[in-house]
Amino acid sequence: MDTLLPIQDRGGPAQPLLLATGLRKHFPVAGGLFGRTTKVVRAVDDLTLSVAKGETLGVVGESGCGKSTVARLLIRLLKPDKGTMVLDGDPVDEPHGITVNELRRQVQMVFQDSYASLNPRLTIAETLAFAPRAHGLPAAEARERVHDLLSKVGLDPANYATRYPHELSGGQRQRVNIARALALRPRLIILDEAVSALDKSVEAQVLNMLVDLKTELDLTYVFISHDLNVVQYLSDRVLVMYLGKIVELGPVEAIYGNPQHPYTRALLSARPSMDPRKRTHEAPIQGDPPNPIDPPSGCRFRTRCPFAEDVCARVEPPLADAKFQAVACHMRVAGSGHSKAMAA
Amino acid sequence: MTNMLQVRDLHVTFVTPDRTVHAVNGVSFDLARGETLGILGESGSGKSVTLRSILRLHPEHRTRWSGSIKLEGDEILDMAPRALSDLRGQRVSMIFQEPATAFDPVFTIGQQIAETVRRHTGKSQTESMKRAKDLLEMVRIPSPAQRLKAYPHEMSGGMRQRAMIALALSCNPTLLLADEPTTALDATVQIQVLLLIRELQREFNLGVIFVTHDIGVAVEVSDRIGVMYAGKLVEMAPVERMVDAPQHPYSRGLLASTVHDGMRGQRLESIPGAPPDLAEVPSGCSFAPRCKFVRPDCTAAVPSLRDVEAAHAVRCVLAA
Repeated sequence: MDTLLPIQDRGGPAQPLLLATGLRKHFPVAGGLFGRTTKVVRAVDDLTLSVAKGETLGVVGESGCGKSTVARLLIRLLKPDKGTMVLDGDPVDEPHGITVNELRRQVQMVFQDSYASLNPRLTIAETLAFAPRAHGLPAAEARERVHDLLSKVGLDPANYATRYPHELSGGQRQRVNIARALALRPRLIILDEAVSALDKSVEAQVLNMLVDLKTELDLTYVFISHDLNVVQYLSDRVLVMYLGKIVELGPVEAIYGNPQHPYTRALLSARPSMDPRKRTHEAPIQGDPPNPIDPPSGCRFRTRCPFAEDVCARVEPPLADAKFQAVACHMRVAGSGHSKAMAA
Repeated sequence: MTNMLQVRDLHVTFVTPDRTVHAVNGVSFDLARGETLGILGESGSGKSVTLRSILRLHPEHRTRWSGSIKLEGDEILDMAPRALSDLRGQRVSMIFQEPATAFDPVFTIGQQIAETVRRHTGKSQTESMKRAKDLLEMVRIPSPAQRLKAYPHEMSGGMRQRAMIALALSCNPTLLLADEPTTALDATVQIQVLLLIRELQREFNLGVIFVTHDIGVAVEVSDRIGVMYAGKLVEMAPVERMVDAPQHPYSRGLLASTVHDGMRGQRLESIPGAPPDLAEVPSGCSFAPRCKFVRPDCTAAVPSLRDVEAAHAVRCVLAA
């Protein structure tokens, strides 16, 4: 009996593979004398997103914007304080839905640190066979699965199956992590800065491999990175985060070609140019991102925004549909009270 | 322009009871006053080891070196400890990737900068503190008087990196060494720090060696770019030339494999394999095992760094 057949699609191609609604995660931090006063890091606040079947959703933002918290919420390494998730029509962790274990069979994750995410005492084959065995695959079949997985990620099984993580290079270890994520035949893979620690020449190899695997195995990706160029290369849609909030969300062409939010614009023009004749002469915005503890009122970007006005401090801008993308900025909301907004 | 720094045939080997690593294998270059040289390379290419050799920051008992590093005529590799400590900070100074670990957590930023000023110039406590405040102002830290009293952990990453630049420039060095100073910073902060370094470099006519793995960053700050692979410079050229017409197969591969605008939907050109283990000195071109243009004479002898045109040198048998 093979308990690990590929999972059948249910709702058809139009039904989102993953739908997260109103996700919130706050972390209390102890402070003050004897840790009595507690402050709250608002890592993710009221975040709603959907991932369509077969797409790559890119998530970008600076450190502390909550992009890794989103990844951990989507695979339930963190339990959200609020909000619901639906996987291909099934509510997650609810009476008539699927369990968290069921979710993790279908959603897998690859982390940034390729060494820390492998058990140093297990050989590559043992690591890759672990989950299939735990799901009841007989030893012989698990061995076959391991060989198959290693070939898929471009590592020769005869050469690598019996090695330990420390005997591999960073690029090879990340290939093993990707193979492990594929071991249970998931439908969605969350890649959290999965290529960020790799050298450029190796990064290109792994990116090519991710593109191939996606087509071959009919996968859906959530690709989280601080590298705007890599996100542009891989993603169909892009979500831009700032201090726990979505500031802009839309197709990759719209976000990169016609960014609407001042933060997205700043982020894009802060990229070093690859042309020495077109060097950057002025930084698009000044200062560092503020601490996610006690974020600014209203629009969280207003403290660094060149267009900030009174209304930005008072009212939080909703994520509203613009022409091709959704933008959370008062300048794009008719009648918001911002001087650059259209009249209602 | 006269050359302030001359590095000739530098070799650096680390020896431990378990293993030997030939980190730098014959690096030579010059740097002029007021020039920024970008050294580009992947992890393990020897770029940071080369940089740290200029300040002799490697543990003495485990490091073997040969060759020559001359700063304004003085041989750094022969310097006695006293001369070395005068060199560090006063003539050559360095900024690091992780400012959080480069500062002492139990002293304020002001105390640490003032201490350096006092040690090198003999100024009084009050004068040194005044100098520290001026320095923080110079690196555009808002409200510098208050920031003097801040501890490193109370500052953001970008502010700490600015404070480290202030510390590095506190004794008016002529040569600034930068080891991936913006790698740990966010995108919108990275560009601010790069612009600051460029501005200060011009203002004080500094020689700068900027080590990075990020081609975009190197292009943004450098006058010349040197590409390192397996402990050797494989190519050195003015920045425009390096971007427009790189000659060495490794430099070409590195530029082609870097994802940038307009590559969507295309297959990335990648360099197969991984960099070599540096336990042994390679007998031929170290890139030969990964090179698609490899031919017999590549492995016969180490190719020399030859000029293909003025100021553009390539270490490859194919370069004409």
